[in-house]
Amino acid sequence: MAVETKHHHGGIGESRPRVEDARFIRGQGNYLDDLVLPGMLHMAILRSPHAHARIVSIDTSEASAVPGVVAVVTGELMAQHKLAWMPTMSGDTQAVLATDKVRFQGQEVAAVVASSKYIAEDAVAKIVVEYDVLGAVTSPQQAMSAGAPLIRDDKEGQKDNHVYHWESGDQAATDAAFARAAKVVKLSTFYPRSHPTPLETCGIVADVNGVTGQCNLHMTTQAPHAMRTVFALVAGLPEEKIRVISPDLGGGFGNKVPVYPGYVVATAASLLIGKPVKWIEDRSENIISTGFARDYHMNGELALDENGKILGLRASLLSDQGAFFADAQPSKFKAGLFHIVTGSYDIPAAHVVADGYYTNKAPGGVAFRCSFRVTEASYLIERLVTNAAIELGADQSEFRMRNFIRKDQFPYLSATGWVYDSGDYEGAMDLAKKMLGYDDLRREQAEKRARGEYMGIGVASFTEVVGAGHGADFDILGLRMFDSAELRVHPTGKAILKLGVKSQGQGHETTFAQIVAEELGIPADDIIVKEGDTDNTPYGLGTYASRSTPVAGAATAMVSRKLRDKARKLAAHLLEASEDDLEWERGKFFVKGSPDRFKTIQDIAFAAYTNLPEGMEAGLEGVTYYDPPNMTFPFGTYLVVVDVDKGTGQVKTRRMIAVDDCGVRINPMIVEGQICGGLTEGWGIAFTEQIAFDAEGNCIGSNFMDYLLPTAWETPKFELGATVTPSPHHPLGAKGVGESATVGSPAAYVNAVIDALAPIGITNIDMPVTSDKVWAALRSKGVTE
Amino acid sequence: MFPAAFDYRAPATIEEALAALAEAGDEAKVMAGGQSLIPLLKLRFASPSLVLDIGRLPGLRGVETGGGMITIGALTRHADLERNRDLAAICPILADTAPQVSDPLVRNQGTVGGSIAHADPSGDWGSVMIALNAQLVARSSRGERVIAATEFFQGPFTTALAADEILTEIRIPAVARAAGTYLKLERKIGDFATVAVAVQVEMSNGNIGRAGIGLTSVGAKNLHATAAEQALKGAAPTQEAIGEAARMAAAAAEPKDDIRGTAAYKRDIVRVFVQRGLKTAIKRAQEVAG
Amino acid sequence: MKVSLKVNGTEYSDDVEPRVLLVDFIRTNLKLTGTHIGCDTTSCGACTVLLDGEPVKSCTLLAVQVAGREIATVEGLAAGGALDPVQVGFHEEHGLQCGFCTPGMMLVSKALLDRNPDPTEEEIRWAISGNICRCTGYINIVKAVQHAAKARSAATAAPTGAGQAVPAGGQ
Repeated sequence: MAVETKHHHGGIGESRPRVEDARFIRGQGNYLDDLVLPGMLHMAILRSPHAHARIVSIDTSEASAVPGVVAVVTGELMAQHKLAWMPTMSGDTQAVLATDKVRFQGQEVAAVVASSKYIAEDAVAKIVVEYDVLGAVTSPQQAMSAGAPLIRDDKEGQKDNHVYHWESGDQAATDAAFARAAKVVKLSTFYPRSHPTPLETCGIVADVNGVTGQCNLHMTTQAPHAMRTVFALVAGLPEEKIRVISPDLGGGFGNKVPVYPGYVVATAASLLIGKPVKWIEDRSENIISTGFARDYHMNGELALDENGKILGLRASLLSDQGAFFADAQPSKFKAGLFHIVTGSYDIPAAHVVADGYYTNKAPGGVAFRCSFRVTEASYLIERLVTNAAIELGADQSEFRMRNFIRKDQFPYLSATGWVYDSGDYEGAMDLAKKMLGYDDLRREQAEKRARGEYMGIGVASFTEVVGAGHGADFDILGLRMFDSAELRVHPTGKAILKLGVKSQGQGHETTFAQIVAEELGIPADDIIVKEGDTDNTPYGLGTYASRSTPVAGAATAMVSRKLRDKARKLAAHLLEASEDDLEWERGKFFVKGSPDRFKTIQDIAFAAYTNLPEGMEAGLEGVTYYDPPNMTFPFGTYLVVVDVDKGTGQVKTRRMIAVDDCGVRINPMIVEGQICGGLTEGWGIAFTEQIAFDAEGNCIGSNFMDYLLPTAWETPKFELGATVTPSPHHPLGAKGVGESATVGSPAAYVNAVIDALAPIGITNIDMPVTSDKVWAALRSKGVTE
Repeated sequence: MFPAAFDYRAPATIEEALAALAEAGDEAKVMAGGQSLIPLLKLRFASPSLVLDIGRLPGLRGVETGGGMITIGALTRHADLERNRDLAAICPILADTAPQVSDPLVRNQGTVGGSIAHADPSGDWGSVMIALNAQLVARSSRGERVIAATEFFQGPFTTALAADEILTEIRIPAVARAAGTYLKLERKIGDFATVAVAVQVEMSNGNIGRAGIGLTSVGAKNLHATAAEQALKGAAPTQEAIGEAARMAAAAAEPKDDIRGTAAYKRDIVRVFVQRGLKTAIKRAQEVAG
Repeated sequence: MKVSLKVNGTEYSDDVEPRVLLVDFIRTNLKLTGTHIGCDTTSCGACTVLLDGEPVKSCTLLAVQVAGREIATVEGLAAGGALDPVQVGFHEEHGLQCGFCTPGMMLVSKALLDRNPDPTEEEIRWAISGNICRCTGYINIVKAVQHAAKARSAATAAPTGAGQAVPAGGQ
């Protein structure tokens, strides 16, 4: 499936094998827990067993007496240094170590620093905390009800559990559309709380030098520069002395963006003790306390005319934000980019209303390859569209085609203000149907239905929005969401590229070199790519929300072109020609009409240090901070075939066709790898993954025995297809793809089950679509074995 | 995530192990493969002062046939049974069960005897041994005795073993025209069963001579569906008899509502699985050469 | 207590508490950090090592429990500088992204091929069903194992000695 080009330079379009593999396949990766510094101590955290409780007393005397324990840190101690609370990425405050109350099960209460992690855990078990248990709030509906316990009594002026109200679109126009609709389709659905669970958990080695004030923070972070600035503001540490080093990351998926209390406590401990302190959470801590994803209650309505054309869309959302509002998302959008919810459809009027509520659960919501809540939006529209087609008795594919934004309508202004850059939704749908043999499978389905067998074909045609983003609209805590690339070519023609983003497995060391190779003609193998060390990279906002290619990729292309401009001047000097007489062919400038008079980029690089025209600065380097003019809009059509066992309710995913269009693909092999990973996470979200809570706020599913990730055995085989509709505004025509599959696939999987059960009148099953839910749906309609 | 401190002994002989166990009593936990015990130690749900490692005791690993019996040493790994090519012909329920226990890595280290002695109500082997009418051999420094599998499981993680006894051997009677199967509904590979059913039948003159039915994850221990078994005794293998036995087995189950599903759901899966299991077991038993 | 075991062909001896998990012994005492910790409930397989050739979870073994036995970790895969066919396969087929599950995946794949030189796709997926990958969706891991199987049988048919070269560079 890889698109091969004629170039074997390691340029764009080549499935260049990965440079980073060399260390990983030898077990020589440098992950956070691999780091050992001289004198390093180990930290473990005591966490609250209660979802909501007042802290009556904390006795650390027994813990402090355990041999090997160096310090026991409580909220009280942190408060003395004004570090008991910290700002969140959403402008709220979050407890670092609890002082007055605990507000979710798993919340950080105290920490032990000891000579080994075993001893630290022994000592944590010896801290005695007396709690006065309070009633727990476990849903937004409960949070907003009269008499619900007030969770954030620490916030002045906070009278209830409401966090924000946010709207988008045009209410009057939407009401008018609904008023004249021939049919209204409604759906109430829930996107459950899930978790990115990268295989490596979060951690830090905080190394503060008491003498020099140098603060080296080795940290699992997808956004090292933002993290540095936040630490400077939060801890009052001088920013020039903070060095954040994000090493090899064992996955991120948005889990490694927020600032976690463990990072702050470890840094404070290192500052106070004068030794490096390592904190690395275990898996249970990761799931129960770090940035979860989704937990979104959605009510959607579609207004249709008599021809099945969509006239309007309404969406009202209740967001479960947990105990602190800590979403890592652009500050102007409280519901993330949910208002992309009109999706691939030409919907003239839409209105979105979102309300967020505090609950006694861990904080978060925006994570897990969600493109800032595009996962939720895409799920809602694709489920609504499927249900609309069912109600109209229409074919799923045909109904979508009827309502698609047409190819000639781009750039397309949506009812909620997005300007979609480019798209060809019919093209993706046609290819997907061809790959599946859609018509044959519909015939098979009809035959099976007649025999009382339940087979379904699920369709999802998503459009998502990535590449945050244009600075005037997109910032996190005020930091505008540009990104950066710094390129320097050495005398021998080799180069080093430094980026403001940070890979967690996406292969940036391989792919970003390909961009430079394409633009400058330096072989990719001659280019080193650096990320993650804030002392040695230009400022950027990091890697999440599929923004690296759209933003840092663009920056890389632009800085390469800057260097090419200087290279042209140097070539003119070396060839004793005028710049206008020179032509560029990748890797060299030659005199027009005299191709044997040329200088290679390597010649030019050498000249940049040895043979310069009068008045020209030495060197061949530059930095670009790229402010994208718009977002990019990757899209696709996914088709899923399922067979339902009516005896047990088990669902077998028979086939999964994924046609993606992310514009120009820099490295097709890596793009396909990203898609397969996302389709698998989407499968888990659709069928097995949920963090659940009981009425007391106890977290069920906070370890891998109950938070269920698919293995190679459950994971279906994917069949991938591609169309290429370049982004008109991106220097390379590329759109980014990291999250397309998690955005688009859950609805495809669920729609397949609904499609299978629609004949017996089932129109919704909330995720995860587990076998007991399918069983219950079948039995409710009298179907049994 | 790390165990609390404990003492550790790895005796070289079974006699040494039994003597150490007699001395330590409740303070000790016996460890075979450690795949059930170590996770409990890591979560600090168990904090014994002594871990007695019997994993390397000689002579307790392997499968033997002869003398009208299939004998399985307690330290036989789940993987040993999974890889045993003869088992599918000799005793298909064992061949069906072994690959469904946990995951491939745990199967390489975990033992059949350890799993049985651990007596998790969600453990697979317990139900299978009940269905097979197996005999479990327990040794102590006081001697040796044989306990019927149907008497062995007494409650969650509670067995008929005395504090000083170690399970050393599993004996399965080899019966002509007998076969079975194990059906397990799990949310994913490696999960405990949501519901699992062990079914073994012995055919006699075209009818069901004896049926053995064991149920996993639907009670405080591996359950023995005695009423269903009684109804099948001597019965012709008709759809009615099978359906009725399946309903009786479902009625005997004691499932609870939990994260894996409602009690009603689990009960119905028992019914569906016993039905499917009986059909498979009967077909296989009929095909076994006399 | 004192424990001695062989790791990647080398004899090691150290003094450890009985409660020390084998994975911590490998990572902390032996400073071999290629074996990873991904969970706390024996669920993910990131800690997989070979114990006398069989893949097991080193987080669910005590160091003292494997005294006198032979362990292989990812660091021991490349024999005499030449990469194992499994390592080459993972690189050639893009069978890794973040690399965290990769050591465990490669070891369990090698053990599979040692036992079953020509596995079907189903057999491969079954054999690795105790190892979680969050990044790849397993498709390329299957291809990586198939690549290795082919390379191993070609080498058996016409042995040439050296494995393929993969650049030892990178950061």
